[in-house]
Amino acid sequence: MARITLPQAKFVRILFFLLIGVTTLSLARTFADSGDLSSTGTFGAAIGLAVPIGLAGLGGIWSERSGVANIGLEGMMILGTFGAGWAGWQWGPWVAIAAAVTYGALGALIFAIVTVSFGVDQIIAGTAINILGLGLTQFLAKLAFENAPGGGQTQSPPVSALPSFTITEISEPLSALQKEGIFFISDAAGLLSGLFYQVSIITLIAIALFILTAFILWKTSFGLRVRSAGENPWAAESLGVSVYKYKYIAVTISGALAGLAGAYLAIVGTNVYREGQTAGRGYIGLATMIFGNWRPGGTAAGATIFGYINALQLRDESNIGGLTLLGAIILIGIAVLMVARGMRGTGAALGLLGAALMSAFLFTTKMPTEVALVAPYVTTLLVLATASQSLRPPAADGVIYRRGESH
Amino acid sequence: MTKIRKLLDVLTAPMLAITFSLIVTALILAAFGANIFEVFSKMYDYGTSTRSLTLITNTATTYYLSAVAVAIGFKMNIFNIGVNGQYRLAAMTAGAVAGWISMPGPLAAVVAILVAMFIGALWAGVAAWLKVARGISEVISTIMLNFIAIGIISYVIVQTNIGTEVKVNVRGTPKIQEGARLAGYALIDPKVKIYGFFFIAIAVGIIYWVVLNRTRFGYDLRASGLSPSAATASGVNSKRMTIYAMLASGAIAGLVGLPDLLGKEFSYTLNFPANYGFTGIAIALLGRNNPIGIAFGALLWAFLDVSSQILDLEGVPREIVTIMQGVIVLSVVVAYELVRRNRVKTQQQNVGKALAGAHANVSTSSEGSK
Repeated sequence: MARITLPQAKFVRILFFLLIGVTTLSLARTFADSGDLSSTGTFGAAIGLAVPIGLAGLGGIWSERSGVANIGLEGMMILGTFGAGWAGWQWGPWVAIAAAVTYGALGALIFAIVTVSFGVDQIIAGTAINILGLGLTQFLAKLAFENAPGGGQTQSPPVSALPSFTITEISEPLSALQKEGIFFISDAAGLLSGLFYQVSIITLIAIALFILTAFILWKTSFGLRVRSAGENPWAAESLGVSVYKYKYIAVTISGALAGLAGAYLAIVGTNVYREGQTAGRGYIGLATMIFGNWRPGGTAAGATIFGYINALQLRDESNIGGLTLLGAIILIGIAVLMVARGMRGTGAALGLLGAALMSAFLFTTKMPTEVALVAPYVTTLLVLATASQSLRPPAADGVIYRRGESH
Repeated sequence: MTKIRKLLDVLTAPMLAITFSLIVTALILAAFGANIFEVFSKMYDYGTSTRSLTLITNTATTYYLSAVAVAIGFKMNIFNIGVNGQYRLAAMTAGAVAGWISMPGPLAAVVAILVAMFIGALWAGVAAWLKVARGISEVISTIMLNFIAIGIISYVIVQTNIGTEVKVNVRGTPKIQEGARLAGYALIDPKVKIYGFFFIAIAVGIIYWVVLNRTRFGYDLRASGLSPSAATASGVNSKRMTIYAMLASGAIAGLVGLPDLLGKEFSYTLNFPANYGFTGIAIALLGRNNPIGIAFGALLWAFLDVSSQILDLEGVPREIVTIMQGVIVLSVVVAYELVRRNRVKTQQQNVGKALAGAHANVSTSSEGSK
């Protein structure tokens, strides 16, 4: 049997995936008769929901590329939400962002001291940071917001909004085209118009940060040093790279990004700091990072997919049926590819799962919303379980490195 | 002498950590203008009333089980972050089963416990399988499984008719019949009962100690944790040990929700306490996976949680205690690391001295022959 190979050039490959993706989406929309699956509103919301997840994932990339596994992202994000709420209602949204980034970075700095300098297990330290971040914000929130106008023990006064952009000249005609319901074309139009519909300034910053990260980590000598600390710190040290320094920098950046993710939740997602606002998004960010193979492009794609699933569920429960069908088509598609490539066992397992989803779609009148709730996590586990061959975390990720000790 | 020395050695790190966290907490309180001594004495007074002591015992029971579940994993270098998902799924299922079956009371309680252990082990078993068969780190898989468990629970309680309206606007599993409850005994305070599960937790602690220190399985477990390669060389099947450890950890994790379920709530609702797993991690670290150390850790944690209830009335946010707990965890792991390094250093120095002495002896005695 002829081997199915993917196009090699990166740009062509992305285009190829987009083409397949939109076609699949279109199929699902048509058969599930659920127009919202590719509406402007859904894509707009998806991008909005993807931003905090993606930023947390990007933070994960920085930290783990330098060899520090960071499950403390959640705690740093919580610190960010508080920073944004606290500074935001007093001095406006821009100071809020600065405060959130600083708070997240400070949390990360403590994490770095404990993991890098003292060489404590990174997972343990991350767990402690999550406990500490939660406790600290709850404590400070009570003191800071209880007597503030419009605030409460668990909620800050409102923060004024940041600018957001809608390019109506592009968004509106595309949105109209989307409503026509033409196969493929309408779905592509919905996707595109969503990109120009109520885009927050932080979203633009986030996109810039993704590009910047890809550039810094893979195209500069600084980035090479950071990654060498995560791949082989002993070799890096022997070549004169100060591994500790690069780990410190990378982990602090990681926390700053998690803090920014928190700022997004507090300023754009809602307009207040609220207890429990992060709702485990730090962990989902970690999942997108794994999904994206510890790379910015894949992580952005993962965050968008997770944001999309979340958006569907939040907009209308009837979307879940379409989502289930979409999942079924994707799973069966991947299963066919895998069997064609000789991975019979895994392919068959995925095919069965796809068939199960398909029959769930066909034979139940209403799919439960919980399907969308668990979809990101099940997806991550499936990716890990089936594609672990092609996933490659940094070689020294999570390894305790002590200066001067040989490997 | 050596025994006292050893005990001191063990106690140094936690004592350092607790002292350090007290200082940090005091500084934070002082920064916000609170009277430190008043805060601590209020906590002490409130926390030592008979009512509070009972509540502390009950809370510690739950924390203890959670910490033992985590510790079993730690003994083999497995990080079970999934206790949260395991106990919630287990408690929900146990609640549903106990609320549904019609059996003589005590028998129903036994069934509930077994079901909980089974479900806990099952959910942990998924992570074990993923680790052994697919090489997926249990840290990641258990985090994902926690969220999936939340989804499943929400589905069962909200969407199926297993869930009923227990209170106004609160859905949960049907109320467990009188006879199957382990509401406990009013031992210290006449009004509040000590959970029946308190005694089960003690039994779990004893079993944990015996299995770990007096059985082949425990030996293999510890060996695999200390040196996987050496354990494999001596014939321990590390994959099988991973699965067993994870299943055992999950089975104990399954019990974590039961003190509350059978002692106080009698129904698993969507408001059931959700974060005992992370508390367990913290306490297992503080207690160094030792059954007695964990007991002290659980009591300390429970004391802080219960006694802090008074603080909100005093105008001090009670979350100061969470900060304290966070600082304890962070500083205790740092302290253990420092103590370990210090020990290695002194050992090396001692060996160095001994060798130097021996060398000197050898060289003086061999001088004549040369």
